[in-house]
Amino acid sequence: MDITLFLIGLVAATLRVATPLIFGTLGELFSERSGVLNLGIEGTMFLGAFVGFAVAATTGSLWIGLLGAIIAGMLSGLLMSLLSVRLGVNQHVAGLGITLLATGLSLYSFRLIFGESKIPPSIEPFPMLNILPESNPLAPITNQYLLTYIGIATIAVVWWVISKTRFGLQIRAVGENPEAADAAGLNVYAIRTRALAIGGALMAVGGAFLTLAQLGSFTFGIVAGRGWVCIALIIFANWQAVSVLWGALIFGGVQALQLRLQTLGFKLPYELFLSLPYVVTIIALTLAGRNASAPSALLKAYRRE
Amino acid sequence: MHAVEMKGIVKRFADLVASDHVDFNLEQGEIHALLGENGAGKTTLMRILYGLYHADEGQVFINGKPAVISSPRDAIRQGIGMVTQHFTLVPTLTVAENMVLGETGSVMINLPDVEEKVAAASERFGIPVKPQALIRHLSVGERQRVEILKALYHDARVLILDEPTAVLVPQEVDVLFKALLRLQQEGLSVIFISHHLNEVMDICGRITVLRDGHSVGTVQKADTNQKQLAKMMVGRESFGVKRQDQRQASVSSCLLSVQNVCAVDKKGLPALKDVSLEVHAGEILGLAGVSGNGQAELSAVLCGTQKTTRGKVQANGINLTNAEPASVCAAGVGRIPEDRHANMVGELSVAENLVLDQLGNFVKNGILEQDKIQKNAKTLIKEFQIKAAPGDRVRTLSGGNMQKVMLARTLSQNPAVVIASQPTRGLDVGATDYVRSKLLEQREAGAAVLLLSEDLEEILALSDRIAVIYAGKIMGVLPASEATPEKLGLMMAGSTD
Ligand SMILES: Nc1ncnc2c1ncn2[C@@H]1O[C@H](COP(=O)(O)OP(=O)(O)O)[C@@H](O)[C@H]1O
Ligand SMILES: [Mg+2]
Repeated sequence: MDITLFLIGLVAATLRVATPLIFGTLGELFSERSGVLNLGIEGTMFLGAFVGFAVAATTGSLWIGLLGAIIAGMLSGLLMSLLSVRLGVNQHVAGLGITLLATGLSLYSFRLIFGESKIPPSIEPFPMLNILPESNPLAPITNQYLLTYIGIATIAVVWWVISKTRFGLQIRAVGENPEAADAAGLNVYAIRTRALAIGGALMAVGGAFLTLAQLGSFTFGIVAGRGWVCIALIIFANWQAVSVLWGALIFGGVQALQLRLQTLGFKLPYELFLSLPYVVTIIALTLAGRNASAPSALLKAYRRE
Repeated sequence: MHAVEMKGIVKRFADLVASDHVDFNLEQGEIHALLGENGAGKTTLMRILYGLYHADEGQVFINGKPAVISSPRDAIRQGIGMVTQHFTLVPTLTVAENMVLGETGSVMINLPDVEEKVAAASERFGIPVKPQALIRHLSVGERQRVEILKALYHDARVLILDEPTAVLVPQEVDVLFKALLRLQQEGLSVIFISHHLNEVMDICGRITVLRDGHSVGTVQKADTNQKQLAKMMVGRESFGVKRQDQRQASVSSCLLSVQNVCAVDKKGLPALKDVSLEVHAGEILGLAGVSGNGQAELSAVLCGTQKTTRGKVQANGINLTNAEPASVCAAGVGRIPEDRHANMVGELSVAENLVLDQLGNFVKNGILEQDKIQKNAKTLIKEFQIKAAPGDRVRTLSGGNMQKVMLARTLSQNPAVVIASQPTRGLDVGATDYVRSKLLEQREAGAAVLLLSEDLEEILALSDRIAVIYAGKIMGVLPASEATPEKLGLMMAGSTD
């Protein structure tokens, strides 16, 4: 067995697994930096996966499908904002409610649109890019989906927005000290609402990547807890955009490794393999989470007399 | 033309009127003090001017023109800047970033440019700050300078400072006063909130006194003195409940003794300096003083929630120096703390709160004896005239009824010593009279009562002897027969003659 080939395959798979996590975690980053824990992420990713697929299947355009997912994600973010920012509903409750709602709504609509056929409906997904010719041994690494490259570029963009722009400064301010932001003349509600809408859109793109690129079909278990993984990754990344990449790569790497080890026929219970990425995440979290510093106003609704 | 004029301002919080038809005006270029006890409504009035609260009634004029200020953004546009009591800076951002937080405009912020402008403003107003420093690395005094400069950076012509000296050490106060005088020369108008008479007389030209949400009046510094101000600040209509006779305290035994106690405040600065007091059986010792002179720390030390750095506390013959609250309670010390909200669990019922600090008596084999708890509640509700059912959640009660629950819990345990801090603050006349009569009842029953109050009227009405605390020191102890409001007022202002 050729170790180089094995490693190349591993890196290629790692990037693929990491892509939805990068989008999801960046989306959560926007929400949390503005002071709102959005547990609607799992449902929003699921909604993005469904809407992306359904729109692409009906219109025949993958890009319109992606746009549909983005709009659905924004709406989900706006609903979260309505509940937790405007009405001051407990953020845990609002987020979990949205996850339940978005999941149920997606499943219901899927049955309505596609019926209950034996063969799941499918679309022709985004192709892999052809950056290096097939003959090049590094081709599996470079020839990823365009969305993977966009995801990595988005990390840089999010870093720039949060740390360099006026909007980013406002997000950080309402997430750290909404009273101060208010006294300075900022509209805390409006800023949080915008952050949540952008966050929701990013989460939905993460979900849509699964249907529009990786699989080309929609299944009920498609998101499979990736949203919850993102919640953990954001703590691992200490709410810093750049560190999101490392977190997603570590989780993606272990996930890719366990898949490969399984196919290589290691004689270990298969549940053990499945749990590996989560065990590694927990270990990484305990190590990194100790000096993590969450935005001070996270979970706190803001009210003025 | 006035820089600011506020007319007939009314602000209600539920059934509490924090601002009751208050008129206030600020002249161009003056430093104007807003003086009043805690809870008088100073902060509320100024938060209305800055758009943080919305007045229920009344009008605001800026430079003679009617102004609608519905948010701080409007206030800033009208040239009003406010340094609130709790600073409103984002600790994880730099000084410069905090300055431009509320601005709108370009997508990007040219930080180096902002930093330069901040440095220039800092130079011009003589308020030293480091534009690149992170707020969380700054001391309180430095943060305050950032807050002031922030207001000036946004071209404030009216600067509101809410108790700016409360967080400063004396040297910093001098620096602040120099800066304020310099701003005054630049033509700024300043509203200076304080409850320290000497500071007000030091720096302000005119003084408006608030009491219980009313404006008592505005006086020129030249026409007044600390004595008169003290009287305006603390006087209130007399209540019916009064001590009848005068006790000869020395004949009874000493139940609470405090010897040379020293303690520090939250900032680690000395708050109590060699405090010694004795309270005898069957007397009320009143401790008078303007708030913030060590009363909170003394009460915390006696209740077991704060450690002393020196000295000795003894109650009922038991040494309670640095004892835990449970031992304090067990020694027969009943506490009526200053902040009733912090000492009850709002989400629990009246019945449950009534047994919270004596659960041992209401538990059998680890299980709460509900029957006994309910019976206890019914008895106490009747005895203390609490307008609530045993099952009502405490947070739904009015201030007066909440205080009655507090009293019932404490006094039903027949304490030998009672520590009452501001027991009637925020209560209406009826509830105030009730609380006072209960304290007198304890005195009749032979308890030693230490009454800490900023309300001079209350101190004079109830106490057998009166001690005055100023800057953490006991200025002296007078028998009630020798105490007059004037004498006490002077002592409360730190005068020793
Ligand atoms: N946000 C609020 N909600 C309810 N009551 C309040 C609020 N703010 C102030 N109060 C009450 O209004 C009264 C006046 O308070 P405040 O203006 O802070 O007094 P001061 O600044 O003179 O000490 C107090 O009794 C206080 O408890
Ligand atoms: Mg105040």
